[in-house]
Amino acid sequence: MNAIILSAVWGVVMMLGGAFIKNKSTPKYLAIFGLSLVLISNCIEMNNGAAFFSIDVNEMLHFNSFNLTFISVALGCTLLYFLLNGRDIEKVGENVSEYFALIFFILSGVAIISTFNSLLMLFIGIEIVSIPLYILTGSDKRNLKSNEAALKYFLMGAFSTGIMLLGVAFLYGGSETGSFYIDNIISGNGPMPAMIASGLVLLLISMSFKVSAAPFHFWTPDVYDGAPTVFTSFMATIIKAAAFFAFVRLFENAFGSMHSQWQTLIVVLIAATLLIGNLTAVFQQSVKRMLAYSSIAQAGFMLFSLFALNNFAKEGLVLYAAAYSLASIGIFAILIKMKDFTIEGFNGLGKQQPLLAITGTVFLLSLTGIPLTAGFQSKFFMLMAAVQNGHHIWLVIFAVLCAAISAYYYFRIIQAMFFKDATPDTVLADDITPAFKLLLVITCILIIALGLFPNLLTDWLYF
Amino acid sequence: MDPKNIWITFPELLIWFPLLAGLVTFFIRKEKTVKTWAIIASLITLGISVASLFFADSVKYFYLNNVSYFWLKYLGSNFSIGLDGMSHMLTALTAIAFPLIFIATKNTAYKNANVFYGLMLLTQSGLMGVFTALDVLVFYIFWELAVIPVYFLCSRWGGEKRIQATFKFFVYTFAGSLLMLIGIIYVYQHTGGTVFAEHSFAMNAFYSANLTATEQNWVFWLFFIAFAIKMPVFPFHTWQPDTYEQAPTATTMVLSGIMVKMGVFAVIRWILPIFPEAVTRFDNIVIGLSVGGMIYASLIAIKQDDLKRFVAYSSIAHIGLMCAAIFTKSEIGLQGVMIQLFSHGINIIGMWIVVDLIEKQTGTRKISELGGVAHKAPALTIFLVVIALANIALPLTNAFVGEFMMFSGLFKFNMIYTTVALISIILAAVYILNMVQKVFYGESNSITEKIQEISLNQKLVLGVLVIFIFLFGVFPQPIFDLTKDTISALLIRIK
Repeated sequence: MNAIILSAVWGVVMMLGGAFIKNKSTPKYLAIFGLSLVLISNCIEMNNGAAFFSIDVNEMLHFNSFNLTFISVALGCTLLYFLLNGRDIEKVGENVSEYFALIFFILSGVAIISTFNSLLMLFIGIEIVSIPLYILTGSDKRNLKSNEAALKYFLMGAFSTGIMLLGVAFLYGGSETGSFYIDNIISGNGPMPAMIASGLVLLLISMSFKVSAAPFHFWTPDVYDGAPTVFTSFMATIIKAAAFFAFVRLFENAFGSMHSQWQTLIVVLIAATLLIGNLTAVFQQSVKRMLAYSSIAQAGFMLFSLFALNNFAKEGLVLYAAAYSLASIGIFAILIKMKDFTIEGFNGLGKQQPLLAITGTVFLLSLTGIPLTAGFQSKFFMLMAAVQNGHHIWLVIFAVLCAAISAYYYFRIIQAMFFKDATPDTVLADDITPAFKLLLVITCILIIALGLFPNLLTDWLYF
Repeated sequence: MDPKNIWITFPELLIWFPLLAGLVTFFIRKEKTVKTWAIIASLITLGISVASLFFADSVKYFYLNNVSYFWLKYLGSNFSIGLDGMSHMLTALTAIAFPLIFIATKNTAYKNANVFYGLMLLTQSGLMGVFTALDVLVFYIFWELAVIPVYFLCSRWGGEKRIQATFKFFVYTFAGSLLMLIGIIYVYQHTGGTVFAEHSFAMNAFYSANLTATEQNWVFWLFFIAFAIKMPVFPFHTWQPDTYEQAPTATTMVLSGIMVKMGVFAVIRWILPIFPEAVTRFDNIVIGLSVGGMIYASLIAIKQDDLKRFVAYSSIAHIGLMCAAIFTKSEIGLQGVMIQLFSHGINIIGMWIVVDLIEKQTGTRKISELGGVAHKAPALTIFLVVIALANIALPLTNAFVGEFMMFSGLFKFNMIYTTVALISIILAAVYILNMVQKVFYGESNSITEKIQEISLNQKLVLGVLVIFIFLFGVFPQPIFDLTKDTISALLIRIK
């Protein structure tokens, strides 16, 4: 509860503050301070369940250690994101404090979709997350690509929201007691009534839109490519992880008992997402676009948590959210500093900026899933979950072969950085402060720490 | 000795020391200091390994050779490492190989030598981890980690086409490892539990995993493909000649001398005890592939003009025989494999050193362009001839003992395979003697004119290798003594 209210309040504070603050860099510090407060208050709630606000939500939101831990992960990653990218957010445009305000509203939405217990709350949460995102995508107002991306995102998002609402309506009508509560929608595990089945499919489609699972991924590359890179970084990591969390939470609580009846749908989604994401990423020349496709590919792996729905899957999802967000935020932070976003633009970075190249390598290795990094542990947990589920072992084998393909495009950047030379006298990256370097190193240490001891995170889930 | 007083064990030292030494190396600036430091560090590792051989008795000195820490407690995985006979032998090989490699390639100049040597030492640490792991997850992690520094070594300091070749190698092994990871997880789901977890990743839990024959049949392949890629066994070998050719020679020595042993080792350590039924079921296929691969590789080796590719193909043939001998599951065959693991490591490193010396001095690796080296460098020629003869497994050389025993094992299994495999030995004699003749004898030409006699430290290294060749050729008993417990325990488990 703390996270929802405090981040919403702080969003308002940031917005009003924007009217009075003339200095361009003050909003950043204000935002970092506010976010730290939100994070700390959420950690307190996670530790002993003490919410500062006692509001009767009529069980429409449900807080437990599992989803509070996830909120902490999301807030922590956002804090890191602010610290790493604060200066770049300032560069996007004039209305710096509004950008931060929007991000705070999004975080409030993230907290809602991680804790919802009612379909209405899910809907509201998704909207709170989406609308500020449309604005952020189009925040580079003079850039046509940014405008196009925002419009595309808005239309697609509105469309999928409509589908979601229709699904919610079906479920409300189909449930025996006429209820929006997700655990009351179906009872028992008999064959699914037609109304429920249609509602389920509609929700599946709209949530797949949000997490950009194939074949509902078409908006992703354009939007990620068009949006200002700092906001792509935020969208591709924290938002995506939160949408996934909501996805799994919805399907586990609402339809968990009929898992076997819709598992096949997920199998198709996973196979399509992995295949399309990985194969298309291979052919990209722009690193930004490649990361967009790779985020689709990673979504394929995250979908395994929906496929398996066991303890490993849930632990794996939180771990995956943390690992993937940390590594992607890191690699995006490096990307923003680059002059040239093509893979050739990274040529010779190892010589010019060894620290950037080395930390970048750690992020890429983590995304590939090499042991000792958090990325390995998260993939490992997902595979554990899938194998424990016992069905469709072929899908697991297919997934690891796709992971091997993913090595191809991640390693292309590593090859460019270390084994190829830049054209002489070019400056590859600019504006690298010692603080930025330090933060990159800290991110690396976090990734390796999680890679060695995933229990640092997973133990929190069972308090 | 009181077990409570032991604060560090041999396997820990063997893993952590090279790791620390490697990390330190990154921060040394001067190239000369780096090289000296790397040699000293690898010699210290060798010292540790030699010391551990005096305490090899696994019953009496159990506490010195085994250690286990809690790691992922709730998954049933502990950081357990330990040395049994086979691990002792292979860690010793690793420990011997690195100082020899460092000394032999001392005169090679590397850009960013600190990174090069640092990565080499990290590779050593990873290899030690693979050979000592007693927990499958730990094994898997080291298995992957050993490859990462090699990837960077080959891609940074290799030949012209290094990036593509190394990448092929990396993707091959990465795909193989991931398949094995699925296999590991699958077997894990069928193991007994520990106090904290439902299932366990411990080696013994895996050995007694409850798998039906059908399950064994397909999980076997997930493991085997990973190991077959690493060994490599035909038809998974295509990465190998390219990588050996393109890698910097010091790394090629590590790859062919030790890293391929990871595959053979892993088959013995994991596949035989976990999937005994599947091993019996598929032994004909695997031996068929191995023996077929031997002939195939030998025939290609005859036609090779590039010395590095030549050695690469001859290595495929040797590894094929080891793989075949393992799947006979006979005591004599397995003991032969143990001897040969060690001998092949020694011999092939010797071959690479000679190839490297020739390439450094003449600038070419083409057999057709060389000739008459013997006039200019008689000592080098003598060393090479001894090493070459060991590669053909002539009596008195170390390889003879191993190959003879492996053939005996294979003979008991099936005579046809033995006959075919023996043909490849004849072919080996053809290609190796042919190479010796063309490169070292005959008229010297403008390219080989400028060859000089080898320097003292190279003589020293080759001398040590030749001593090993003869020593274990006439007296292989120490290796038998070291590994016989491992083999008898393994055979009891399979039967």
